[in-house]
Amino acid sequence: MTTRAVWEEEPTIVDRLTKPLVLTLIALAVAFPLYVVVVTSLSSTEAVTRAGGLVVVPRELTIAAYVQLLSGGVVTRALVISVLITLVGTAFSLGITVLAAYGLSRPGSLFHRPLLFVVLLTFLFGPGIIPSYLLVNSLGLIDHYASLILPAAISAFNLIVMRSFFMGIPGELIDSARIDGAGDLSILRRIVLPLSKAVVAVVGLFYAVGYWNAFFNALLYINDNSKWPLQMVLRTYIVQQQALPTGAGGVSTGVGLGLQPAPGLAIKMAIVVIAILPVLLVYPFIQRHFTKGVIIGAVKG
Amino acid sequence: MTTAVEPSVKAEETRQTKEPVHRRNRSGGAKFRHRLRRDWPLLLMVAPVIVLLGVFHYFPTLGNVIAFQDYSPYTGIRGSDFVGFANFQRMFSEPAFWRAVANTLSITVVQLAFFFPIPIGLALLLNSVLSAKIRNVIQGIVYLPHFFSWVLVVSLFQQMIGGAGLLSQTLREHGHSAIDLMTKPDTFILLVTAQAVWKDAGWGMIVFLAALSTISPELYESAAADGANRWRRLWHITLPGLRPVIVLLLILRLGDALTVGFEQFILQRSAVGGNAAEVLDTFVYYQGLLAGDFGYGAAAGLFKGVVGLVLVLVANRFAHMVGEQGVYSRS
Repeated sequence: MTTRAVWEEEPTIVDRLTKPLVLTLIALAVAFPLYVVVVTSLSSTEAVTRAGGLVVVPRELTIAAYVQLLSGGVVTRALVISVLITLVGTAFSLGITVLAAYGLSRPGSLFHRPLLFVVLLTFLFGPGIIPSYLLVNSLGLIDHYASLILPAAISAFNLIVMRSFFMGIPGELIDSARIDGAGDLSILRRIVLPLSKAVVAVVGLFYAVGYWNAFFNALLYINDNSKWPLQMVLRTYIVQQQALPTGAGGVSTGVGLGLQPAPGLAIKMAIVVIAILPVLLVYPFIQRHFTKGVIIGAVKG
Repeated sequence: MTTAVEPSVKAEETRQTKEPVHRRNRSGGAKFRHRLRRDWPLLLMVAPVIVLLGVFHYFPTLGNVIAFQDYSPYTGIRGSDFVGFANFQRMFSEPAFWRAVANTLSITVVQLAFFFPIPIGLALLLNSVLSAKIRNVIQGIVYLPHFFSWVLVVSLFQQMIGGAGLLSQTLREHGHSAIDLMTKPDTFILLVTAQAVWKDAGWGMIVFLAALSTISPELYESAAADGANRWRRLWHITLPGLRPVIVLLLILRLGDALTVGFEQFILQRSAVGGNAAEVLDTFVYYQGLLAGDFGYGAAAGLFKGVVGLVLVLVANRFAHMVGEQGVYSRS
C-alpha cells in the first residue's frame, strides 16, 4: 500500500465509492461469462433443465461432460492436434526467432541493415489472402499440418522485440567472451539467452497463444475435418451450432462408464472450457513479464 | 545453465581489436572478405527467417499480379492472360464492393470513437489506484481476454446475449420475449465494437500505463504547489505526457483503416448477413476464394493493401508535420 503524496487532495466521498465500483464492474465483465461457462459445463441434466439453459448457481456438479468429450472422438482428436501444433510450432518459431534476433543484434555486422529492412518491410504490407492461398496450394500443403505452422511461423513484431532486448545487453560482455575465443553460437547460448529469460518467455507465450488460437489458416487450408484443430471444432459446433456427431468418431455417450449422459449444453460449454484452459494454465507464469516485453517492442519497434 | 563470463580487462578494447592493425588502406573487396569471415555465423542465423519471409511473404506478394489477369487455377499464373485493369473496373462498378468499403470504414470510425479512448481511460483509472496489489489483480484480469481466440470471444458473447443465451433466458423467465443481439444487422457495428473492447481494451492499456510511469512526479508536485487542481494537472501534465503514444497509435490505427480483423467477421457474417457484416477482408474471402474468382479477389485484396500502405505513409508524414515522432523517421 503506497501512501498518497502530501500535496495530493483527499479523495471526495464520491471518488471513494465510484472507483472500487467501476473496478469491480470491469473485473466482473471479464470474469462473469467465464464463470457461467465453467459452471454450466459441470452441471447435470436436471440442473440445466431447471435453469432453462445456462447455469449461474451451481447445483449437482458432475464431470460427465468432460469424461464424454475426452474418451475419444472429435474433440479429443482436435485437442491432440491443437496441442501438437502448438508445441511443434512454438518450438520452431521460437528457435528461428532467437537465432535471427541475435544475428541482427550485432550492429555493424555484414548486411545488417538490408536484412533488418527485409524484416521491417513486412510490417507495411501483407501478401493478401488469395496469393497466400495459391502459394500454399501450389506447395501441396493443403490439408497438411505444415500449412498451419509455416505461413504463420514468424512474427516480425516478436523478432524486433527480442532483438531490442538483445541489443540492450552490455556489449562488453559479448566482446570479452569473443576475446576469450567464444564463437557466436556459444555467446548466444551462454551469455545472451541466460540474460534474456523474460523476453524469451513472453515471446514464447505470444507464439504459443497464436498457434493455439489460430482459426483462419485452418479454415483456409484444412478441408479434411478429421484434421481440424480445436478452434475449428469450436466454431462448427458452438458458433454455427451444428450437432456434434455422436457414436463412432463422435462423442461417446459415456453410459458404459456408469455416468448419466451429460446434457448437450454442458457438452458445448465443456468444449469452450477445454479451449480456454491451456491459456489459463500458462498465463499466470508469464503475466509478470508482459509489461517489460511489450514496452520494449512499443518504444523501439 | 552456465554463468556469464566475467568481463575481462581486455573488454575495454572493443571489437576493433579483431581487425589486424598492420594492414591499412585495405581495398573494399578485402574488407568485404574480412567481414564475411567474421560475420558468417550471424548470416547463417538470420537465414531461416529470411528464407521463410521470402517464401511466405515476399513471393506471394508478387503473386498479386493475378489481380491483372483472367486467372485460371488450371493454367496457372504463366498461362493466364493479362486483362489490365478489367478486374478493378468490374469491382468499382459493383455495389457489393462499395458496401464492403463503407462497412469497413464505418466500423473503423465507430472503433476510433468508442474503442480508442477506453484503454487511455482505463490506464488513468488504474494509475490512480494506490494499492499495488489491487492494480496487479485488475491488470491480470483485463489482460486475459486478449489471449482468447476470436472463436472463443464470439462463443462467449453468444452464450451471454445470443438468442439462446443468458440474457434471453432471463428475459423469458420474467415474461418478456427473447432478444437475439447476435443476429441483428442494425446493431452489428456496436456488437463487434463491444467484442473488440471486451477482448483488447485491457491489453491496449499497457502502452499507456508505461507512458504514464515515465512522467516525473515532481511535475505534479510543482503543479499542485502552483495551485493546479487534479483536472488541471490531468490536462497540463498527464495528457501532454501521453501525446506521443496517442499519436503513434492513432497513426497505426488509421493505417489499418481498411483492416478491421478477419476472424471476427468471417465467424459472424453468415448469422448477421452480408449487408451489415461484409467488410473488405470477408469480401475478398467470399468473392475470391469461395466463389473461385481468384483474380477478382486478388484485385480487391491488392486495392486494400495499396490503400492501407498509402494511409500509413500519409499519416506518418502528417505526424512529422505536427512535430511528433511517428512510426518511423528518416534516419
